[in-house]
Amino acid sequence: MLLIDCPWCGPRDDAEFHYGGEAHILRPRDAAALSDEEFAEYLFMQQNPKGPHLERWSHAHGCRRWFNMLRNTATNEILEIYPMGEKPRSEAGKAAYEANWRRGSAAEANALSGESS
Amino acid sequence: MSGQGFRVKGAGDVDRAAPLKFTFDGRKYEGYRGDTLASALLANGVHLVGRSFKYHRPRGIMSAGSEEPNALIQLGDGHRSEPNIRATRIELRDGLVAESQNRWPSLKFDIGSVNNLLHRFLPSGFYYKTFMWPASWWMKYEHWIRRAAGLGKAPTGRDPDRYEKRHGHVDVLIAGGGPAGLAAALAAGRAGARVLLADEGSEFGGALLADRDQSIDGVPALDWVRGVVAELEAMPEVTLLRRATVTGYYDHNYITVLERVTDHLGDAPDHAPRQRLWKLRAKRMVLAAGAIERPLVFADNDRPGIMLSSAARAYVNRFGVAPGRRVLMFTNNDDAYRTALALKAQGVGVAGIVDVRAKVESELAQAVSDAGITVHAGHAIVATRGSLRVSSVDVMRLTADGATATGMARRIDCDAIAVSGGWTPSVHLFSQSAGKLRWSEEIAAFIPDISVQNELSAGACNGAFSLADCLEQGFTAGGAAAAANGFEAPVIDALAVEEPEIGDRLDLWVVPGRKPLGHAGKHFVDFQNDVTAADVHLAAREGYRSVEHLKRYTTTGMGTDQGKTSNINALAIMGEVLGANVPGVGHTTFRPPYTPSTIGAYAGRNIGDLFDPVRSTAMDAWHREAGAKFEHVGQWMRAWYYPKTGETMRQAVDREVLAARASVGILDATTLGKIDIQGPDAAEFLNRVYTNAWLKLAPGRARYGLMLKEDGMVMDDGVTVRLAEDHFHMTTTTGGAGGVLDWLEEWLQTEWPDLKVFCSSVTEQWAVASICGPKCRELLAELCTDIDLSNEAFPFMSIQTGTVAGIPARVFRISFTGELSFEINVPRRHGLTLWKALMAAGEKYDICPYGTEAMHVLRAEKGFIIVGQETDGTVTPGDLCMDWIVSKKKPDFIGKRALLRPDIVKVDRKRLVGLLTEDPNEVIPEGAQIVERLLPEPPMEMIGHVTSSYYSPNCGRSIAMALVKGGLERMGETLTIPLSGKTIKAVVTEARFFDLEGERADG
Repeated sequence: MLLIDCPWCGPRDDAEFHYGGEAHILRPRDAAALSDEEFAEYLFMQQNPKGPHLERWSHAHGCRRWFNMLRNTATNEILEIYPMGEKPRSEAGKAAYEANWRRGSAAEANALSGESS
Repeated sequence: MSGQGFRVKGAGDVDRAAPLKFTFDGRKYEGYRGDTLASALLANGVHLVGRSFKYHRPRGIMSAGSEEPNALIQLGDGHRSEPNIRATRIELRDGLVAESQNRWPSLKFDIGSVNNLLHRFLPSGFYYKTFMWPASWWMKYEHWIRRAAGLGKAPTGRDPDRYEKRHGHVDVLIAGGGPAGLAAALAAGRAGARVLLADEGSEFGGALLADRDQSIDGVPALDWVRGVVAELEAMPEVTLLRRATVTGYYDHNYITVLERVTDHLGDAPDHAPRQRLWKLRAKRMVLAAGAIERPLVFADNDRPGIMLSSAARAYVNRFGVAPGRRVLMFTNNDDAYRTALALKAQGVGVAGIVDVRAKVESELAQAVSDAGITVHAGHAIVATRGSLRVSSVDVMRLTADGATATGMARRIDCDAIAVSGGWTPSVHLFSQSAGKLRWSEEIAAFIPDISVQNELSAGACNGAFSLADCLEQGFTAGGAAAAANGFEAPVIDALAVEEPEIGDRLDLWVVPGRKPLGHAGKHFVDFQNDVTAADVHLAAREGYRSVEHLKRYTTTGMGTDQGKTSNINALAIMGEVLGANVPGVGHTTFRPPYTPSTIGAYAGRNIGDLFDPVRSTAMDAWHREAGAKFEHVGQWMRAWYYPKTGETMRQAVDREVLAARASVGILDATTLGKIDIQGPDAAEFLNRVYTNAWLKLAPGRARYGLMLKEDGMVMDDGVTVRLAEDHFHMTTTTGGAGGVLDWLEEWLQTEWPDLKVFCSSVTEQWAVASICGPKCRELLAELCTDIDLSNEAFPFMSIQTGTVAGIPARVFRISFTGELSFEINVPRRHGLTLWKALMAAGEKYDICPYGTEAMHVLRAEKGFIIVGQETDGTVTPGDLCMDWIVSKKKPDFIGKRALLRPDIVKVDRKRLVGLLTEDPNEVIPEGAQIVERLLPEPPMEMIGHVTSSYYSPNCGRSIAMALVKGGLERMGETLTIPLSGKTIKAVVTEARFFDLEGERADG
């Protein structure tokens, strides 16, 4: 029964929202270059921490917009809400982002590979 | 009978001018307005009100509140009958009908009480130990156990009452209207905050309703309460809820309150719901839930007439009822002294006070002595007597350590015992809020320690038992809660409080008997579940060390009362046996609801027609008039088939299927999901979400597409037409429409925000009539003169705009039947007009409306899949033999890489094939499992299942589609489908059955 502060609509009951799983899973640009194991990491593996968790939500029964949230899974405390496409700004959010095993995974490197070119 | 022999003259707050009649177990009694069922029964001298759960022992009324473990009543009759209602919480009304539970043939003579004699064979864990083997007998055992150990009976009919829900937001929500809660409400209310105060009782005041020995601000405490309630009622921002239990404390201060609106009324007004479930979001929560007295655990402490000390006080002071004519107190603290004085003051006979403490020096002790009441200090009750009501006890001196009873037993005659073992703060809601508790040695109970949510505890639920502390904590909490909302907390001077001083307590968790524990009488810990101290000892001996295991093995705390009176005693006894302290043992989890709640209140108005929205098409009225049978497809009601008089479903469907291929069939296709997609990148977007190529589709042309999840599994399909360079109209499955729109939005917003595309649902905007069959072009030509309908001008898989029956229309030449077919889309408001025009003009072509069942048969004859029927989230395009629609050239689309995963390219995956039964009239049930080798009984290796199966009148036989392991390599093989009672054999074919050359689509 969370009270979620939608960036567009303000605080609303969680019944209006859809949970979208872990945030910041980048889609590989050249998935064919990944091994089956590397691709499976992108496709199937998700974090399930006890504590701060970066995740995606959508205000499905409201403005229908997606956004990112930092939530403590043990207490349900919402620590930060920030726009889709951006990275967390809070210290806890940055720490959770950096601590994720996905940073530096082959799938993520693949997704980022095109950005410089 | 005149009755009410135990009513005390001049005492209590019941309305003696309002006598009420009621029946209990068929016998007529009388009470007064203001009584509970419990107090009215006691006024009539009725203590025996139930039989215990396991041993069927006679049980009486133990408490005066919602913690009651014994007095569970079947209330009312017919469909309104309700089991397990606590007599202490039933407000008496005229004509009330109550029955005792768990007894047969009668309460006074109960066959099941033989269990009491067999108790040596019914230890804790008895059911687990005894009824293990053979496993197949469990069903028989369970039946017997359920009969023997029952509570009340659930009504069998539909609940005739109405329930409502109400949502709200408050600044300060206060649980409990005793002194602390009232003080908090006063402070927050005076500050100007929006306050809601809820109390489970019929009146505010909490413990003060039962006490007459306290004063606040120079007036009797109850007068102060009435003044405060009047002040609060005058505040516009304050809501007072009586008969309203705060049942649950959830995340982010989401609170549920169950208000019993009309339960206490004999004749409820029609406009009012029976109960109302409040769903509240509170900025600040003040918990003022009070405390519950705990009983002492002594030999045969469960006889009717034995009740909590505070309950005895409540009955005499609030209800004017004497618990007995000779009431004995048994205590380890000063509370029972207050009760003895209260009884004495009302002229009720007091048999004395048995106190386990060797030395009692206090004002109360002095007052008791002055009143001439005998105190047996350093003594304990070691035995009780009386079959259906306590009649006497044996009292013995305790050794200095309290572990043993010594010396001569002294017999004391009594007909009621008021017991006090100390007080347990009601920390249920605090604990539900995820707050952490700590053990307080001082009061021997858990109290709130670390908060997780925005809440404050005040008064007895916070371990503060004196009235002065309750008021002070209430004022502070209410002020702080208001201040946290931005209001200025009012200055409230400390009030002068007069109250009896309460001295020390001596905890004696198991009161010794004449013989070792378990050898003389039963020391009950959990009265509702018949768990004794000996059971707790046994569990510990058998190795149950975790408190959660103890709970489940002995079932202590697992009744409808959730162990409100028993938990601390059970934990302390467990601690003693294990040589640990209570914090070492820990406590079990407190879960909502605080007290049992009616399921109807949670359903509220969302029942019957309001359970789920029903969507109907613009042509719905016509289908109903035509006598169509309907089926639910998602929330849609779709015409299933249109039986003529005397037709079976099969006859009707066969007729519709034949007509669609012989003359003209017409289908209401409105429910298909429709999404309007616009933007310069729309084609690029579709190219990524569908498996096939979309960039080069010309405006005015249509294409079938298959959508995959990123894991390569089919999620939806449908035809999408390109209306203009930057404008598409997508159709989806009826059930998948919402999910597909969500899916498109997710990708646009989270993965490809750079794409300039907008998606809008237009399902409700268009009504669609789909006509098919060899005569459908002629029919359409009669109503549509501005479109050239020839194959050359209007080829298959294209779209034209024009007017049909004078209505602006988009006409799609697409087909789900394999016949020549037009899907006519018009604005919804014209749907019925269009349909009627087509029906009228179609008469001379023998037009035949067909429903979803015929549609299924028609498409199956052609081997067209239905997502969700041929697929179940584990099926790839390859499994469906639809590799032709998966682009090899596109660099990317959703699901592309996953199609290369080893598991997906395995050769023995299940593939979609056709099945032709040996008996052409045999229709295999959908979902039937297919085996390779038939064995006399399961298990058999299953190699697939039937996804679609119909009788096809066009093929003159049954047809079926199935997903079969390595199915493409099995063409011509005969497979076996075992069913209960028979076995079907079928030959594997291609999953297409009719018009294999596809010659009919052009008419």
